[in-house]
Amino acid sequence: MHPIRIAALAAALAAPSIAYAHGFAGDRFFPATILTDDPFVADEMSLPTFTRDPTGPDGSQIFGFDLSISKRLTPDIGIQLSQGWQHLKPLGMPGVTGLTGFSSELDYQLFQNGPHEAAAMVGLHSSWAHTGRVQALGADDFTTLSPLIDFGKGFGDLPDSLPWLRPIAITGNLSVDFPTKTESADNPHPNNFNYGFAFEYSLEYLQHHVKDVGLGAPFDRMAPLVEVAYSTALNRGQAGQTVGTIQPGIIWAGQYIQIGAEAIIPLNRASGHGFGGVVQLHFYLDDIFPNTFGRPVFGQ
Amino acid sequence: MSSIGVLILAALLAAGFVGKPALAHAFLDHAVPAVGSTVAAAPKQVRMFFTEELEPHFSGATLSAAGGQAVATDTAVLDARNPMEMVLSMPPLAPGKYKVSWHAVSTDTHRTEGDFTFEIRP
Repeated sequence: MHPIRIAALAAALAAPSIAYAHGFAGDRFFPATILTDDPFVADEMSLPTFTRDPTGPDGSQIFGFDLSISKRLTPDIGIQLSQGWQHLKPLGMPGVTGLTGFSSELDYQLFQNGPHEAAAMVGLHSSWAHTGRVQALGADDFTTLSPLIDFGKGFGDLPDSLPWLRPIAITGNLSVDFPTKTESADNPHPNNFNYGFAFEYSLEYLQHHVKDVGLGAPFDRMAPLVEVAYSTALNRGQAGQTVGTIQPGIIWAGQYIQIGAEAIIPLNRASGHGFGGVVQLHFYLDDIFPNTFGRPVFGQ
Repeated sequence: MSSIGVLILAALLAAGFVGKPALAHAFLDHAVPAVGSTVAAAPKQVRMFFTEELEPHFSGATLSAAGGQAVATDTAVLDARNPMEMVLSMPPLAPGKYKVSWHAVSTDTHRTEGDFTFEIRP
């Protein structure tokens, strides 16, 4: 190999962002989960995410189409920008469509621990006022700021005597909503405590790190998982009221893209009834554009 | 753009990226001896097959015994005809359990690492 090429590679490899890009902590690859967030700043894009929510408590039907893009500003600081579009069909009324609101998130990678397959990230999520159809779709007419912490842990460091448990990984999100208005048109906006988890069983980890059980493509890149996300109001007359969903599904992670599909099961009557579903196509921009858009804007 | 247009664009992008030359993170595809396997005779080499082409100067592997002590081996090298294959040659091994720890840098400098065990039957 040419000495200049070796020197260039050595310089690139000295950077921590190259060591662990999207979703890696040591042996563990964490796929980008759909309902909850994975604990990594990254260069990724979800386009599209199609959602058919369970029937709402008031009998309404919602179909959603969402776009989200994540970009590393530095190796440890990233932003996420998200925009949704929705078709709402209230019971017995004509359907309406439009934007549901724009949100952004600023994240900082706290740590990535390879030997223990652990990672954590803190951030500030912002849902911006008047960026969707407020009257027709119920988009927010107020901004909500939500400090958050995301974390993940793989169980590959369990003893060899527990081989079938080593592919398990858990990720989680904790956040609190701080709306900038306490009410709109007599509807209170409480502070909410949001908590979500993803329980994953990585067949990729099983096949390539624990035991070759003969899985071939596409099964050796799949991860069955169950995601849950709850939101509990803390005040303003709604304290203790909880809504949420449970979403069992599967994610296939390839070299450049991943595809995920999950069923949506409402947690309780206040969360809706029946079943919904979501499918997502997700791009690893750091792999697709490794020398341009897939790198941090500043630093290596 | 309509939602159908966006969907078509996404599908085209996906199709294009799937067909691109290898440039992504290198995952271990399979190994000989197989990951987690038990073999009757001591292998002379561990051969690891990856999903991407590797950079030879920044990729490698080591071997350790069940107690964690390092086992002296040759330096891991890439197969001359297949830059997606890493070969770790080793001296005759006694029966027991061994761990292979590898690190791989694909040609776009993405780094991955991993380990797996195999056992030699007494």
